[in-house]
Amino acid sequence: MMLSVKNLKVCYGKIEAIKDVSFDVPDGKIVTLIGANGAGKTTTLRALSGLEKCASGTVTLDGRNITNMEAHMLVPLGIAHVPEGRKIFPTLTVKENLELAGWTVKNKKEVKRRMEEVFSIFPRIKERASQLGGTLSGGEQQMLAVGRALVTGGKLLLLDEPSMGLAPVLVDEIFEQIVSINKKGTTILLVEQNAAEALAIADFAYVLEVGYTTLNGTAKEIEANPRVREAYLGV
Amino acid sequence: MGSIFNAQQIVNGLQVGSIYALIALGYTMVYGIVRLINFAHGDFYMIGAYAAYGAFYLFNASLGGKTGIVAFLVLAASMAASGAVALLANKLAYKPLRYKPKLSSLITAIGVSMFLEYFFSALPVIGPSYRSFPEIIPRTDITVGGAIISNYVVIDIAVAAILMVSLTLLVRKSSLGKAMRAVSQDKDAARLMGINVEKIISFTFLIGGAFAGAAGLLAGMTYPRIFPYMGIQPGLKAFIAAVLGGIGNIPGAVLGAYIMGLAETFASAYNSLIGEGISFAILILVLLIRPTGLLGEKTADKI
Repeated sequence: MMLSVKNLKVCYGKIEAIKDVSFDVPDGKIVTLIGANGAGKTTTLRALSGLEKCASGTVTLDGRNITNMEAHMLVPLGIAHVPEGRKIFPTLTVKENLELAGWTVKNKKEVKRRMEEVFSIFPRIKERASQLGGTLSGGEQQMLAVGRALVTGGKLLLLDEPSMGLAPVLVDEIFEQIVSINKKGTTILLVEQNAAEALAIADFAYVLEVGYTTLNGTAKEIEANPRVREAYLGV
Repeated sequence: MGSIFNAQQIVNGLQVGSIYALIALGYTMVYGIVRLINFAHGDFYMIGAYAAYGAFYLFNASLGGKTGIVAFLVLAASMAASGAVALLANKLAYKPLRYKPKLSSLITAIGVSMFLEYFFSALPVIGPSYRSFPEIIPRTDITVGGAIISNYVVIDIAVAAILMVSLTLLVRKSSLGKAMRAVSQDKDAARLMGINVEKIISFTFLIGGAFAGAAGLLAGMTYPRIFPYMGIQPGLKAFIAAVLGGIGNIPGAVLGAYIMGLAETFASAYNSLIGEGISFAILILVLLIRPTGLLGEKTADKI
């Protein structure tokens, strides 16, 4: 199992943002967490990548306990978090954004190779290489954010709402690339409000409701669940 | 009126501006990376001056006569001492308050500043009284086109210029500089790139402190009198310079410092009391017309 989360709880001060979340992400699969706004999806990802402290519960990566490890220590272990809002460095160029993602990689030739790979996946990023990150469109920023995650060499990609604020045609493009990145061997944990798109590409799915994982199964099963269809798929 | 804008005053203004610039850079870098006005920064400059004083007597005893080597070692000692104190202040005073309300850090900075001033006054080896600073390099004057230029003018301007060019190269070109810019823009995103944010913050304090230390040495040589409260006035002026240029902006701090140095020198030539006040008048004017400073961009929470 690539990632295993057991009874995770995260607090902001006295508020429990995540109460009891458990799920597994098998090697090489796409797993999606779906849920309404405020269900705790973003907080879950932030806790996994070390940006938030876990109040209790355990997180294991490839059998190794990584609960409450610092974010910068998790990057070389293979956790690559593409955060909500993309968080591109606005006054660094696209190229510099990608180079920084290679911070923990000793072999700078390898960083160059990964950057070329990102450029071949997202040719539009290559065209913009010398532009400042802040001048990119939303779709391009999303591509750059995913590109950075790939340059870190992550084996587990945590994607937070990659479709947010994007035109439908761009959403399709991004999702196609997510599938192809997964096919090349990267495991993916995808958090989405756009449940239909997420379930269409995922292998397994979990439903997150007010801080609890309430339903789980294969993406097909979840998609067919009457409650899910009513609450998240609008049918 | 025309007589105050002569070559002599311009040279003097650039000399003062160089010292302000070295201090202002630390203010602006630290603000840029942790959004903290480090009011103890002027005291790092004072520590640089005392470290230089001590280092000179230490090295001169063993290496007497080799002026160049002694001067270089003294510069290194002043930068190292101030850098180390800046690192320590960050670790002991600012880091524990990093994610607490900004006002706590600000008040702590004032506390660190007062601590350093009173502590150094109380230390028997330093004491509260003035000390005359040794002539590390023999002073010579040359006359160029009606202006008397001492070799200290050249040294002050040159050392500041070399340090500032090195800093610019570091920040613009090196991967460490890229990381510093990244941390100043978005700490969470920097963490997700695998950057140890606290290390980068420490490094920024170290560089800022070291620059203030170099300024302390230069000021000690140029105005050869040092005392534990010597950092207050230049610290305040350099802070104004940083705000004038747009706090958080590195070229802005340098620009602000030279504007202040020149304005002060010109105004002092006209009337020495106006000279003391002119920097504050400029600050008020600039903040009225351009609240973000000359090269600043964002207006969000300044203190």
